[in-house]
Amino acid sequence: MTTTPLPPAPEGMLNVYVDGRLVHVRKGATVMDACKAAEQEVPHFCYHKRLSVAGNCRMCMVEIEGFPKPVASCHWPAAEGMKVRTDSETATTARKGTMEFLLINHPLDCPICDQGGECTLQDLSVAYGGDRSHFHEGKRAVDDKDIGAKIKTVMTRCIHCTRCIRFATEIAGVQEMGATGRGEAMQVGTYVESALTSELAGNMIDLCPVGALTNRPFAYTARPWELVGTDTIDVLDAVGGHIRLDARAGKVMRAVPRECDAINEEWMTDAARFSTDALSSNRLTAPQLRKGRGKGKLENTGWAEAFAAIKEAVRGVRKTRLAGLMDNLHSAEDGYAFRAFMQDALGSDNVDSRMAGNLVDSKSHAAGICNTPFKRWDDADAVLLVGCNPRLEAPLLNIRLRRVVKKGAPVFVVGEVADLTYPVTHLGDTAKELETLLDGKTAAAKALAKAERPLIVVGGAVLARPDGRAIVRAAGELAEKVAMTDSWNGFNVLHDTCGRITALDMAVHPAHGGMATAEILENWRENHVDVLFLYGDCDLTPADLAGGRGTLVYIGTHATPLAAMADVVLPAAAWSEKEGLFANAEGRVQATRAAVPPPLSAKEDWKIFRALSEQVGDKLPFDTLAQLRAAIAEFCPAYAPEAIGTILPAPWQGVGKKGKLTAKPLASSVGAYYLRTAHHRESAWMKTMQAEVAPVQEEAA
Amino acid sequence: MPTIRIDDTAAVGQTPKPLGLDLAWSKQAKAAIKDILARYPKERSRSATIPLLHLAQREFGGWLSVDAMQLVADTLNLPYIRVYEVATFYTMFNLKPVGKYHVQVCTNCACMVRGSDAIVQAVKEQAKIGELDDHHQGHSPCGTFTLTEVECLGACVGAPMMQVTAQNGASHYYTKLDAKQTKQILKDLKSKGVSELVDTPPADVDPISGGGYTS
Repeated sequence: MTTTPLPPAPEGMLNVYVDGRLVHVRKGATVMDACKAAEQEVPHFCYHKRLSVAGNCRMCMVEIEGFPKPVASCHWPAAEGMKVRTDSETATTARKGTMEFLLINHPLDCPICDQGGECTLQDLSVAYGGDRSHFHEGKRAVDDKDIGAKIKTVMTRCIHCTRCIRFATEIAGVQEMGATGRGEAMQVGTYVESALTSELAGNMIDLCPVGALTNRPFAYTARPWELVGTDTIDVLDAVGGHIRLDARAGKVMRAVPRECDAINEEWMTDAARFSTDALSSNRLTAPQLRKGRGKGKLENTGWAEAFAAIKEAVRGVRKTRLAGLMDNLHSAEDGYAFRAFMQDALGSDNVDSRMAGNLVDSKSHAAGICNTPFKRWDDADAVLLVGCNPRLEAPLLNIRLRRVVKKGAPVFVVGEVADLTYPVTHLGDTAKELETLLDGKTAAAKALAKAERPLIVVGGAVLARPDGRAIVRAAGELAEKVAMTDSWNGFNVLHDTCGRITALDMAVHPAHGGMATAEILENWRENHVDVLFLYGDCDLTPADLAGGRGTLVYIGTHATPLAAMADVVLPAAAWSEKEGLFANAEGRVQATRAAVPPPLSAKEDWKIFRALSEQVGDKLPFDTLAQLRAAIAEFCPAYAPEAIGTILPAPWQGVGKKGKLTAKPLASSVGAYYLRTAHHRESAWMKTMQAEVAPVQEEAA
Repeated sequence: MPTIRIDDTAAVGQTPKPLGLDLAWSKQAKAAIKDILARYPKERSRSATIPLLHLAQREFGGWLSVDAMQLVADTLNLPYIRVYEVATFYTMFNLKPVGKYHVQVCTNCACMVRGSDAIVQAVKEQAKIGELDDHHQGHSPCGTFTLTEVECLGACVGAPMMQVTAQNGASHYYTKLDAKQTKQILKDLKSKGVSELVDTPPADVDPISGGGYTS
């Protein structure tokens, strides 16, 4: 039809016309890609850019000039000079036909369906659905499947797009979903009913274009249009994925992922998604004070009375007999304010955030972070895990490791053997294997040396060991030997949460010979510490504090057993209720935003410390969040406004300290995945989900 | 527009459960597995799923329990669901127990034209089988026979025909049947037993690859 010769496409590209508009797409692209390049939306159900192409929903039909029939654009390769029409009558009629087929067995239960309002089928049926059907035969109904506490199923709604199956197989690496039966008897499910074991299963809820798979804990609690979304960061592991918290009337109802290619792509961990109930249950909502001496009762009181009680408690106490411990869920503001409160206001150097006694290399930033940005993990061609179980410690990074394994990269494990969803070579249980690798004689050592971009990941638990520094040193030396070029630094330390890394950046650890965690606790039990400020649960149990007769001040969010032991309780804001800066494992600092206000009398943490400082000692020099952030930026440049969201270069200065590697087996920092932090332990849903995979073993008393 | 009656609505899928049968391959079966696996490249052993399911069906009573599917999956080091998918897709895998003799009567075009309805009727009468279920299957009260109406078995030249399979997988095509003959065959099977069945193909050869069919 057209006689004008096509202008030559750039190298490696193709000329494609979409609705008359010329676009260039790379060779090998599909017609769908071309339509996207031309900003023409093509409706689809089964196609998903991060999954393999299935081409089975037939909704993405387009007309291509010269083709006898409409084609499914998602799997049709684009060709030079192709003329695609997305809005022609042929294409529209084909889509309407497809929609009519899809709606044959799809129930009309949108009013009671949780997907209603955010349902692809609902949206597209507005455009392509007819108000009557040619189908007059019997309808099909499918029994619902019990696939665990995370996902509610209504299988009659399923349109067999197979996204969930492809996600489970390709991304999560847990092959449990499948399509059984054939023809009209085809069903999506697990065949033999069992709970899904993936830590990423919740993503199937987002992937499901209809209401077949919905969020079970969220079921029937809210409609999507009633929710107010707040874009924030998941601070519950060290990855810092982008999420959105959906709230209604001051309560966080659910969490969903946001897209961020560099960090979480568009996935989210189940531990973050399904633990939002913790944010609104068992909260501390007012300051509490133990009235009456000895075994009096904790009673609600006002802030002024609580502060007065603390003032009374610290009066005349020697500074060495004051101490403070901080948890791993706090932002830079919290950490900075707490340390300043302890060190500057109270003058005590006994302050620590390293619960397991992590040995910190405060001189070198590179020693405590992932020097390989997450996005570049995809480029690794060999992996060495040292005392690290990425599947439990950072499921979102395990996705990337799975990807490199698929490309042929070998994975070597020093430490615990666990099912990581891909095959690994287990080198040994102890850190002594690192010496063997340094010698460079074994097959594994040679494979690492031969690799151009090996990735060495040291688990957070390693740092807590007595020989932690020696292990880090050995791993660092190995990295220097095999994994360091101008464009690649393969040395990575994976901490357990963003808060842990942030607290280390804020130097919440003893200075000038102050006591560390273990020492503080021992001295508390033996009554050498008179006032202990406990900021969060700090992974402690009441037994750890038993025997201490000093004044226990608990600053936290939940009415935990530790809070019940305290003499003064100050209610703080949870991570979802304040603006905070958090560094993730790559050293990227990101800002969270408040989705809801703190409950009742609870206050933002830094304000508590600022107000309290005025009562008990020197007033801290910040009155606004801006002033506090300026102080933080000066203290640690990565937290400066212009650095937020980026990774500042961390110069390599060598890591760790030469020492003897012991024969104690290496273990991961995460035992029970769904109960990994104090936040998760407050969630009833998390307890259910943990019980589903493995009942928690009570520690022998 | 005709109204849709509730009776027309077909509910799909009660999910099955493992029966705790604790199955294990026999010595013969292990040899057969070795032979089957040798046909495929080592990293493509998944291709042996169907032959192994056939073997399991023969090995464990003429049908595939969830346990049998799991045994196949374990043997091939596959996730269970990948085997469930295959086993439930093909109608020649029996997902429910069948009688001592599985009588499959073809009722596809050629056989139907040549009178397969009478053959089905004859089997029903002889084996005292009532109405067939949704899967076109019925069982005799004595447990000796299961009748299934099937699609073309590839022996149209001898229509009408039926295939009789014993639980151990021995099977035979009976062709150019009439009602009288059919009844006699069933009578003989019941009285004289499995020896009457010509084992085509032999038990140690996989039915999909070897053995000549009689027609």
